[in-house]
Amino acid sequence: MTSLPTNQTNKKLGLVIDLDICVGCHACAVNCKEWNAGGHSAPMTDWNTYSGTETKNGEDSGAWGVWFNRVHTFEVGKGQESKTVYFPRSCLHCDEPACVTVCPTGASYKREEDGIVLVNPDTCIGCKLCSWACPYGAREYDETDGVMKKCTLCIDKIYNENLDEIDRIPACVATCPAGARSFGDLGDPNSDVSRLVEDRGGYDLMPELDYRPVNKYLPPREPQINVLDDGQPLSLVSMADNANQTEPSNNSILKWVDTILSR
Amino acid sequence: MHPALSVIIFTSLSGAGYGSLAILAAVKYFDFFTLNPLYGFFSSAISLLIVTVGLISSTTHLGHPRRAWRALSQWRSSWLSREGVFAVLSYLPAGVFCVSFLIPTPFNSIIDIICLLTIAFSLATVFCTAKIYASLKTIRQWNHLLVVPVYLIIGLFDGAIFLVVLLTIIDGLQFFQLNYFIIFLGAVAGLAKILYWWSIDSTQSQSSTSTATGLGSSNKSVSMLDAPTTSETFIMREMGFAIARKHSRRLRLITILTLSIIPIIIIFLMTQPIALVSPLVLGIIAIVFSYFGTIIERWLFFAEAKHVAMLYYGASKV
Ligand code: SF4
Ligand code: SF4
Ligand code: SF4
Repeated sequence: MTSLPTNQTNKKLGLVIDLDICVGCHACAVNCKEWNAGGHSAPMTDWNTYSGTETKNGEDSGAWGVWFNRVHTFEVGKGQESKTVYFPRSCLHCDEPACVTVCPTGASYKREEDGIVLVNPDTCIGCKLCSWACPYGAREYDETDGVMKKCTLCIDKIYNENLDEIDRIPACVATCPAGARSFGDLGDPNSDVSRLVEDRGGYDLMPELDYRPVNKYLPPREPQINVLDDGQPLSLVSMADNANQTEPSNNSILKWVDTILSR
Repeated sequence: MHPALSVIIFTSLSGAGYGSLAILAAVKYFDFFTLNPLYGFFSSAISLLIVTVGLISSTTHLGHPRRAWRALSQWRSSWLSREGVFAVLSYLPAGVFCVSFLIPTPFNSIIDIICLLTIAFSLATVFCTAKIYASLKTIRQWNHLLVVPVYLIIGLFDGAIFLVVLLTIIDGLQFFQLNYFIIFLGAVAGLAKILYWWSIDSTQSQSSTSTATGLGSSNKSVSMLDAPTTSETFIMREMGFAIARKHSRRLRLITILTLSIIPIIIIFLMTQPIALVSPLVLGIIAIVFSYFGTIIERWLFFAEAKHVAMLYYGASKV
């Protein structure tokens, strides 16, 4: 049923991603692929894996495939003030997911009990309309399977009774070496993740579209001290400026070397 | 958005087919002119055939065409599902309408109801098709008030030209009212497209890389430094289609000429007593132009549409 559940519980499982901590290592994306290649939406097909279709004129679309989680890199600000921010992006398990309501078959649905948005691979006809309806580019079509795929919030891991309690968290969260990802119930204001969002000013992506994403992002913190104010070290820019103005050395040996080398 | 040929063919063919069915049923219902039964039968049968070819074409872009019937189930929430439901339902009245030309019935009131149902279901299907696009908040160029009217007008326009040509073939007759109606529709279609282009060019999306990442502010720009992968993702292939401004301007001009201006002139010439070219030849030229124009219009409709997800992949605006 692609109408949204009418008696949705308050439980909203989701992720909180800390952009201050993420180091852009792509480990979450890789482990996501690893887990899900054998999970609910398996397989996660790759094509042209070895870029082997290179044509005579050098064209090659490159290796590509289905991923549920991708790490982008953005530059915020310009020049000396700029900052590089790594930005992991996966399904945000929205509260108003148009990806679900546009689905003509009922294959896309939002779970009543925990708000997870899933695709049923047995009924999806592969019309791709849901991927058009998702603002976050979270859905990727599997050409080989002919069905749409997306982040499952590792539904087959977080409820998996064969795993130890401590391992019942999404693969991307478990693997993050920097601890930039947290998982929990964002519908419960007292949960750890809700508190984290509260403390750090967690926010929604593209709030203007009203999809009301459950996943939240934590902003990078402002730098505590400005290295330039401290005088040390010199920024590369001023070092480069100074380099131009450096007078030729008076040291006679260096002068001689310079003459020899300039011949 | 990537212009998929199967979808372009589907929307243009089904628009034309439903357009001509609706007009034909209206002519019959309001008795605008007396329909020769042979003409009525053939034109409604061919319209249904065109619609069917379009529908089949639309299933070819599915990953699982044989599951297509499942798409009829979610009419409560999905415009795509509603389109499917109306498309299937419309075969009933349209089929009876078509056959009624061969088997005259004494029950005129039943035929009247059949006509009304044919009009309603035909227009409703085209309406739903357009709504699939118009309801997507993710694509500003589609989420636009003029999208639905343009789909309806172009469908009626293409359908009416088709009816005029069949009329000259089967009946050897011309009803100039139909020609004037086409001229009116062609002019409205052209004006609506110009208004639409002006509108999408002069408005801006609320979304930007800044709102997509939440990282920007008035004095901080946000731009992509590195993509998540060295090759293209599904999203980039499906939504990353971009058309150069120069090309889009040229194609807009071609659209206006071939969709609106040239067919209008030809359809007008059909009403004039010129000995040189027969109305049939003129009509066929008009069909070729208007259909070509419709294809270009649909292609542009996709090519000029920018999806907000591309903001994550380096688009500076959508
Ligand atoms: S992020 Fe996209 S795919 Fe996920 S629930 Fe929201 S709209 Fe749907
Ligand atoms: S691709 Fe599958 S899940 Fe997506 S809208 Fe179509 S049928 Fe539904
Ligand atoms: S929750 Fe699971 S499926 Fe979703 S991005 Fe993380 S690892 Fe991938």
